[in-house]
Amino acid sequence: MPRILVQAADFNPGAELAHLGGSGTGGIASFTGIVRAGDGPGPRVSALTLEHYPGMTEAALAKIAARAQARWALTGCTIIHRIGRLLPGENIVFVAAASAHRGDALQAVAFLIDYLKTGAPFWKAEELETGERRWVAARAADETAAAAWHE
Amino acid sequence: MKLLYFAWLREKIGQAEENLTPPENAATVHDLIVWLRTRSPGHAAAFADTKLIRCAIDQEFVSLDAPLASAAELAFFPPVTGG
Repeated sequence: MPRILVQAADFNPGAELAHLGGSGTGGIASFTGIVRAGDGPGPRVSALTLEHYPGMTEAALAKIAARAQARWALTGCTIIHRIGRLLPGENIVFVAAASAHRGDALQAVAFLIDYLKTGAPFWKAEELETGERRWVAARAADETAAAAWHE
Repeated sequence: MKLLYFAWLREKIGQAEENLTPPENAATVHDLIVWLRTRSPGHAAAFADTKLIRCAIDQEFVSLDAPLASAAELAFFPPVTGG
C-alpha cells in the first residue's frame, strides 16, 4: 500500500525514508520539493497558498501511485503534499519509491512527480513582495514532462 | 447537482459551491458552462474562456465535451499547479 498524505503540517524526509520499503528493498529514491522565492526576473514570492479538492486529491494521488506500482517493481511508495500557506524554503512536496534495484526506484520517482504536477487537483496562489496576489498559471513544460511517460 | 469551484473560478463566482438543477437540454459539461455564464456577472467572468477551465465529474477528470449523464458532483477549476 502506498503512503499518501495531504496535510498542512511539515514532513520529515529523513523519517519518511527510514520507514519506506518492505522486504527485498535494495534502494530508495526520493524527491523533495521546496518553495522557491523566485528564480527569474520580476518580483520575488513571499508566500504560496496551496488549495486542493479534498477527496479527489487523495484519490488522484492514490491512482498515480498505483500506476507507478503497476509499471515498476516497487517495494514501497510515498507521496506527501502540503496544503495551506507556505513560505520560501519550506517543504511542499515529497515523493519516494523503494525497489530492489535503483532503476525502478529512480524512474518511479521521476514519474510520480511529473504526474503529480499535472494529474492532482492542487492550485497555487502566490503572494509577491510587492503585495500583489496572483494564481500561478500551469506550465506547458509540466504537461510535456507528464506526456513523455505515456506508454 | 452539486457544483464546486476552485481557485480563481471560486473567487470570480464568489462562492465555493452551489446546488443547481441544470436545464434539461444541457447534455454536456460545455452546455452547462454556457448556461452557467448567464447566472451572474461573476459566473460570466469565471467561465468566459473555456480554454482555461478544467472539470471533474464525481472526482474524475473529464473533458468539457463529457456527458453530464447522472453526475452528482461536478467541479470546475483552472489547470492544476501542484508539486
